[in-house]
Amino acid sequence: MIQASCSLLGYGIDDDDDRSWRMDDYAGAIARWCPGCGDHAILTAVERLLETEQLPPERTVFVSGIGCSSRFPHYLTTYGFHGIHGRALPIATGVKLRRPDLHVFVVMGDGDCCSIGAGHWIHAVRYNVNMVALMLDNGIYGLTKNQTSPTTPQHYASNTQPKGSFLMPLNPMSTTLGVSNASFVAQTADWIPAHLYATIHAAYQHRGFSFVRVLQRCPQYTSDIFEEAVRNPKMTEMLVHPDGVETPELDKIYTNKRVHDPRDLDTARHLAEPSDHVRLGIFYRNETKERYEELRAQRVHTAQERIARLNEEFDKYAV
Amino acid sequence: MSSSAPVATKKRNMSKQDGPVIIRRPEHTVEIVSDSGEGAQKCGQIFGMVSARMGNGVWTVELIPAEIQPPPRTPTGASGNRVRIGTKPVTNWGDAANLVVAFNEQVLLARHQLDALQDDAIILLENMWATHDDEDIRREWAAVMEELSTTNYRIIEVPMEEQSLTITDNPRKGKNMFVLGMLAWIYNRDVEIIRDMIRLQFRKKAKEVAEKNIELMDLGYRWAGEHLDFRVEVPIEHPGVPMVVMNGNQTLAMGAIASGMELCAMYPITPATSVSHYLGEIFEDFGGIVHQAEDEIAAAGVAIGSSYAGKVAFTVTSGPGLALKTEFIGLATMVEVPLVVLDVQRGGPSTGLPTKVEQADLLAAMYGQPGDAPKVILAPATIEECFHTVITARRIAEALRCVVIVLTDANLATGVQPFPRPNFDARWQAGPIDLSPVPEGVKPYDWDPDLGLSRRFIPGQPGGMHTLTGLSHDERSKVAYDPESHERGCAMRSRKIAVLQQTLKPPEIYGDPSGDLLVVAWGSTKGAIEEAVDRLRAEGHRVSSIHLRFLSPLEPGLKDIFSRFKKVITVEINYSDRLGEPHITPENRRYGQLAWLLRASTLVDVDCWTRVPGQPLRPKGIEEGIKSMLPGRQR
Repeated sequence: MIQASCSLLGYGIDDDDDRSWRMDDYAGAIARWCPGCGDHAILTAVERLLETEQLPPERTVFVSGIGCSSRFPHYLTTYGFHGIHGRALPIATGVKLRRPDLHVFVVMGDGDCCSIGAGHWIHAVRYNVNMVALMLDNGIYGLTKNQTSPTTPQHYASNTQPKGSFLMPLNPMSTTLGVSNASFVAQTADWIPAHLYATIHAAYQHRGFSFVRVLQRCPQYTSDIFEEAVRNPKMTEMLVHPDGVETPELDKIYTNKRVHDPRDLDTARHLAEPSDHVRLGIFYRNETKERYEELRAQRVHTAQERIARLNEEFDKYAV
Repeated sequence: MSSSAPVATKKRNMSKQDGPVIIRRPEHTVEIVSDSGEGAQKCGQIFGMVSARMGNGVWTVELIPAEIQPPPRTPTGASGNRVRIGTKPVTNWGDAANLVVAFNEQVLLARHQLDALQDDAIILLENMWATHDDEDIRREWAAVMEELSTTNYRIIEVPMEEQSLTITDNPRKGKNMFVLGMLAWIYNRDVEIIRDMIRLQFRKKAKEVAEKNIELMDLGYRWAGEHLDFRVEVPIEHPGVPMVVMNGNQTLAMGAIASGMELCAMYPITPATSVSHYLGEIFEDFGGIVHQAEDEIAAAGVAIGSSYAGKVAFTVTSGPGLALKTEFIGLATMVEVPLVVLDVQRGGPSTGLPTKVEQADLLAAMYGQPGDAPKVILAPATIEECFHTVITARRIAEALRCVVIVLTDANLATGVQPFPRPNFDARWQAGPIDLSPVPEGVKPYDWDPDLGLSRRFIPGQPGGMHTLTGLSHDERSKVAYDPESHERGCAMRSRKIAVLQQTLKPPEIYGDPSGDLLVVAWGSTKGAIEEAVDRLRAEGHRVSSIHLRFLSPLEPGLKDIFSRFKKVITVEINYSDRLGEPHITPENRRYGQLAWLLRASTLVDVDCWTRVPGQPLRPKGIEEGIKSMLPGRQR
């Protein structure tokens, strides 16, 4: 499909590309996240994905917003666009709209996606442009040093709400599943590398907008919010299905499993509601949803074709 | 002719044996005003088009209420068109109308109160309201007639409704064609052209619709011939070159296509949206798309993303949208991704005057971003220039890796004017996306230290991998907080603008190269200002004008030109304090926006005459304004 749309757009794709890449080839600057930050594991999983899929670095673009997580592109050797707070998705949409041949990833934080960029998030789900969107959710604004985010647990203290956050947190999974045209919605955690990798791999393979919420530990400000889930595997409920994420190597640790067919949207919405469990896996997947960049694909016109057509257009206004 | 009713009566009894009086003029201005939805605009558009096609100079202005369906028969709901036609090219909407066709007395009153009519204007007024069943309406009619009785207008009552009813049972939808027919007779327009235009207009409807409209137009033509005692002749001088006639938003759209841009990301906002309406119809024929984003901010982001990944893209907006795009414009400036922003200005601040003209976004465009965000700002002065300016904007944006903001306004957006048909040049268009490898050693910001220019990197180019960042960065695009890198980045982004300035020519002077007073202006006011300057020069005043197209960087040689005049003023459609008003002193006075820039850049004591009437400036107003500021005059 990508090949087809690229030739349609006139961009040469080298079919006999005999280069090969190792994980190290994708590494960029040394990551400057805090020791123990969940982002390190996510970066490693992404590098592994790039190697597995052998994505040419020059045809891979990581777009991010602002925040700890948004430093992500700097730590890779692909094309990267470290943009402005909350607005990674419009940039990524623009990239993919005119260059469907590029592999586009978006990395954003909970403040980025669910607060300042919430409008873009809702509409990106609806556009269903083929890209992977990773929302690294540590429940806090870290880079600006400990302010309440939309996903901070209620009553949890921060510098802006020292007596504890006033409101119930926003539920990113329910919200995403509630948007019409949602096509891939999954949740994973930074502390389970096998599941993390399997989930973003499935996200990459999905054709459409793949939204992955990664529960991410912040050792500095919210070290305790996932502590219990990390310590006690029983608290985690793995959503499993032949069409979902299967991680047999984890079976002995994560014994709490639920079979969930990712085609079942009603159940997905039910499972996304708050519960005593941390549910991980693919909540929903539907490849039949229309992809905006395909709806809007145009063929390339030569300069001469355009001039001929412009002249026709001017004829309409000739006096 | 002091009161209306006797005139109308007299006319009905008038003998037609002598034939109509011919009013022969080098130019004439007609207004057609109605309630919204009665089709006065359509009538005005067709009248303007047929006049242009016959070889007259034409300028049309839409008179638009802010609402789609304002309450009927209210002065604020007046909707329609002013069409000024001339023997020579017409460059602005003129001063006041010579002839008005009004569908009710309330919309007529609105135009009267806005001083839009000549003292001796002829008015063709629908008379059904005089004898309406509703007593309130009859009373309103009488009150307006009373108010207008002290004027010198010649009011001719016309039974538009009664006549139209003989052909259609819904005159609200057909009266405008009756009026078009009357105007066709008065101005001796080619009825065959009009018939063709009506057919074109209704081509998507059933054939009978067009034929019924033509019947109504023919009826208006016959009625006028049988009942009116005057005709107007504006002699025709054919321009001798092929012409096209369009409005400024259409020429912006055409310019965007001719420049080779392929993505317009936008969010609906008056008066800019019609650019995307037009593109929505035809852009895909050229491989382009209009992306209607979820908001103004996203529209800028999508354009930047698309531009980053390939061909330069653009976004089109108006003042409030420009405000929302501010952060993204700063980002594009910082990361040096080319971006074209078309800002069709309207009255501000805030929601302001959505459908009305103002030139008040200049300083916001220039300085709207936090930090230093140098960019290029262009301002086309005519509808034709809108076309060429977008082409120039794309080339500059790409060559300089910078943001180019094009400032037009509601006057250019909806004004319609014939201009010589452009001969397309393939070089106007962007080339195909360059995906050739980045030569070894070339860095993402390999600034030429002299020029500030660097190679544009595009995803897909092997060997060019790097991460753009809105953080301060070095040549390798690595985040750099050290003093030297930040100073250098700022200098390089600014240097490009200076380099561009050195390629520009000083502005041409309209009038003598020296004199008593020089008017400096920008944007849509050019025609009206030059008309005012002509009149003043004819009276012996030593007045000249210059019109700037580049506002950032400013065109060269301004200080030198200014030094040859005793006084320099700007004329602009934006707010400035006036000396003599309470609390306004030379120390606290706030100037017009271009005046601020010129004062700062030249250290010349540039004064300003600015107004914010929510409508285009009239030559007469400008003439009086300039006169009041001539050196040696008391103000």
